[in-house]
Amino acid sequence: MSAIENIESVLKSHKLSPAEYEHIKEILHREPNIVEIGIFSAMWSEHCSYKSSKKYLNGFPTKAPWVIQGPGENAGVIDVGDGVAAVFKMESHNHPSYIEPFQGAATGVGGILRDVFTMGARPVANLNSLRFGSIKGSDNINKYQRHLVRGVVEGIGSYGNCMGVPTVGGEVSFDDSYNGNILVNAFALGLVKHEDIFLGVAKGIGNPVIYVGSKTGRDGLGGAVMSSDSFTEESKSLRPTVQVGDPFTEKLLLEACLELFATDHVVGIQDMGAAGLTSSSFEMAGKTGAGMIMNLDKVPAREEGMSPYDFMLSESQERMLICAKQGSEQAIIDIFEKWGLDAAVIGEVTDTGRMELFWYGEKCADMPIAPVSEEAPILDRPTLRPSYLDAVNAKNISDYPVVTNQEAFEKLLSSLEVVDKAWIYEQYDSMVQTNTIKRPGSLDASVIRIKQNDKAIAMSADCNPRYCYIDPFKGAALAVIESGRNVAMSGARPLAITDCLNFGNPENPEVMWQFAQACEGIKEACATLNTPVVSGNVSLYNETNGVSVFPTPAIAMVGLNDDCNKVLQSSFQKEGNTLLMVGQTKGEFGGSLYIKELFGETTGKIGEIDYTTELRLWDFVINANKKGLLESAKDLGMGGVAIALAKMSAISGLGVEANIKLNNTNEIFDESQSRAVFEVAPEHVNDVVKMASDLGLHIDAIGSIKGDNFTLNDVSMTVKQLQSIYFDTFKKTIEQDL
Amino acid sequence: MKAIVNVYLKQGVLDPQGKAAHHALESLGFHGIEDVRIGKQIVIKLDSMSKEEAITKVKEMSETLLANTVIEDYDIEIVQ
Amino acid sequence: MKVAVLRFPGTNCEFDTEYAFKKLGHDVAIVWHNDNALPDGIDLVVVPGGFSYGDYLRSGSIARFAPVMKSVSQYASKGGKVLGICNGFQILTEAGLLPGALKRNTNLHFISKYQHLKVVNNNNAFLNQYQAGDMLYVPIAHADGNYYIDDAGLEELKINGQILLQYVDSDGNVDSINGSVEAIAGICNKEKNVFGLMPHPERAIEDILGSKDGIKMLQGFIS
Repeated sequence: MSAIENIESVLKSHKLSPAEYEHIKEILHREPNIVEIGIFSAMWSEHCSYKSSKKYLNGFPTKAPWVIQGPGENAGVIDVGDGVAAVFKMESHNHPSYIEPFQGAATGVGGILRDVFTMGARPVANLNSLRFGSIKGSDNINKYQRHLVRGVVEGIGSYGNCMGVPTVGGEVSFDDSYNGNILVNAFALGLVKHEDIFLGVAKGIGNPVIYVGSKTGRDGLGGAVMSSDSFTEESKSLRPTVQVGDPFTEKLLLEACLELFATDHVVGIQDMGAAGLTSSSFEMAGKTGAGMIMNLDKVPAREEGMSPYDFMLSESQERMLICAKQGSEQAIIDIFEKWGLDAAVIGEVTDTGRMELFWYGEKCADMPIAPVSEEAPILDRPTLRPSYLDAVNAKNISDYPVVTNQEAFEKLLSSLEVVDKAWIYEQYDSMVQTNTIKRPGSLDASVIRIKQNDKAIAMSADCNPRYCYIDPFKGAALAVIESGRNVAMSGARPLAITDCLNFGNPENPEVMWQFAQACEGIKEACATLNTPVVSGNVSLYNETNGVSVFPTPAIAMVGLNDDCNKVLQSSFQKEGNTLLMVGQTKGEFGGSLYIKELFGETTGKIGEIDYTTELRLWDFVINANKKGLLESAKDLGMGGVAIALAKMSAISGLGVEANIKLNNTNEIFDESQSRAVFEVAPEHVNDVVKMASDLGLHIDAIGSIKGDNFTLNDVSMTVKQLQSIYFDTFKKTIEQDL
Repeated sequence: MKAIVNVYLKQGVLDPQGKAAHHALESLGFHGIEDVRIGKQIVIKLDSMSKEEAITKVKEMSETLLANTVIEDYDIEIVQ
Repeated sequence: MKVAVLRFPGTNCEFDTEYAFKKLGHDVAIVWHNDNALPDGIDLVVVPGGFSYGDYLRSGSIARFAPVMKSVSQYASKGGKVLGICNGFQILTEAGLLPGALKRNTNLHFISKYQHLKVVNNNNAFLNQYQAGDMLYVPIAHADGNYYIDDAGLEELKINGQILLQYVDSDGNVDSINGSVEAIAGICNKEKNVFGLMPHPERAIEDILGSKDGIKMLQGFIS
């Protein structure tokens, strides 16, 4: 173990500060060697240590009677009845996807699926939440963004489809703020029996540490460090550090792991994701206070001439680290060999509390585990309320010219945020596993059946970055609320969330303020709605040449419907049914699609959040649906009631005649919260109105499903034309340069 | 020694990838393209043997697995 | 009925297929690709969908060499019924048990959606519970579903009534959504005991999932 020459440049290339170096020397009581520097650099990177964000993540509500496992494991776990648990998490793969969209997105899906099946669960559903820059227009930026959309979608599809996990839904939006940094957030959910949940722990002195999966190459060396940095013009040269995914191998790994979990051989198992062997081994031993010996020369290698440093920091995909029971080594190797995968005993658990690494018998690193994983610097970065806020908040709808409702409707309906995304979701196998009740394109939440108990899981990924831009606190809270409302609209009770917090450069105090505010907003919403956070991920440094993305705390809500035969759809079911609107329209246009599409700005304020009414709305739809009183339900969000009804009409091919009394005519586009429309059979209207009124909800009959025209107040369009705009616009836009 | 097998769709069988690339090249301003066909190249490292023996062997590999002769043609190049 | 469902590395519809046949009251055995024999007393072999061997090289090209495929060929040559769904269809064409080949979809994308189909021939075990001209609504999910056969082969398919299903639009007009010759979605061999189709009947057996049109297809094999 020799000391390092040129220590300054080594520290710089590992993104370690001189202060951190001093701390390292205190921990080791000596100078680190290059392997140890690499390990510290990975473990203390933003990506692994959450050093900028930890201060604010502490205090997230994480408990409820149905929460089995909160944050801190590979994924969160909740009870979904009859001894079955749902395991889920969302994670970002933003930086790699910008550099190489296909592989970046594909390996993002691969990583999140591993997080889920590492816990012992078979993955049953994927969602994704995507943000791109502007894909309209013919500038190079627009062309590149279209290329990114096509690559990301193909990458997600290639991995999820091959794994046989249905991609059941997601969301995508477009804004100039993502021109230099796209966001690719992947969510996966799996099912497992309570007693079969596995954790990422290493314990039991002498127990073998076994490496399984693909061989290790030099892929993604330093990936965790890369995603802890902003983009500059040089970033494209980072291409070699993007990992290449092999979904076939991961499918084999999934089946082999599930076969292994059915035996009694495993003590703990951890996925090798960011920072590969380093983070998996330190996390497994760190959780129990154990020590570990690893012989790096025993790690299966794909390339010749790899060093201990390479083995510890490689981010080769489709690998796992297992702590097994003594004597089970051969049985485990046999299972993986059956599936054509590598498996090698590379070390054992000790009681030293130290990580001791060997290279052909010679010690090449020796570090105490706890300080490396726990004494990562927690930063208290300065925060500052952004200077843009005053000007943005000061504007309101009356500052803009008057536009006729018909013109506004046509513009909003053809907005890329509104139109159908079949071009995207038809590239994803959404129906494999034969559980998909509510498919992509059906609006609001996605729903799958649980074959084990005939209940259904509803899930929805949401975030409106415009709301978060003008008010990060309320915007983040509204992301929780909206995802919950979407889940409730399918008849399911919202239970818990996972989050993916995508922000700009934390070294910018204004970004840090946005982050802090958003965390507080999530805390308030999750606590009040009783939907704890069970897992999540933070992605910072989404900044290019000094421009940060809009604050984008993506939230995925998971809920449970007690009866898979009672899943409520979100589009019209039958001509002649009555439309009821619940909630109050207050003239809210802050961060609205209306202002963005018509005037190209993101301005205004977010109104007060009324959690009581929101929860009543959830109770109302869940209970009314249980009684069989509702035919369909849709929450009102972006573009207001006009866009909600238009989507329902386009999807069903059924016309609408509706008239809503409003204070201002343009309020058919208003985005007031805690509202929804319900389709009710005429004979149930009185019961439904009474139920809502009894709960203190404002309810109005606004019209009915009728004919071949869409008519709402002064807006009118044939359903045929509506459908042509709704279904054809996205394909035309995305394929314009093919 | 090395065998290089080029596999491509038969003439007369529509090549959707080639067609897409052709169209893309034209929209990028490259003119005078008559046709674009996309295939794959498979490089096989072999123990040393006579060229004839290598060709026979690789031909068999191609017919058995590497090409689907219902829709694909192939050619073989042996490099020392 | 006793059904053998094959499982290759990368297969991902074996449990869906098992679930569907069991729900319809049949016995199912999942058979590992390395097995040298099929279970005794089976009435049907299903080669299910998925990405056998990652669909690397060509979809289905590697699976056809699996040990179990020898038994499948022998079983078929003695008149045993074989059904290939999606990747299974690709494997059966690669194995030469069905004519033609499946190329990349013309739009170069994976296509996953509910699709209208039209029954072309019902004079076979698979579609005998339907009438020619019946419209079905069944999910498709594939990247390589573009059926190709040369003109002579196509003529033979027609003469022998081997074309089972065509892709159509919601009005019943032929619509080759993936570039398939004559919009062919499924075929059988000349002897009418080996069947292949790209759509997934096992995904269409329950109303809550959107369609029950697959039931009569799977049940067709009972007689």
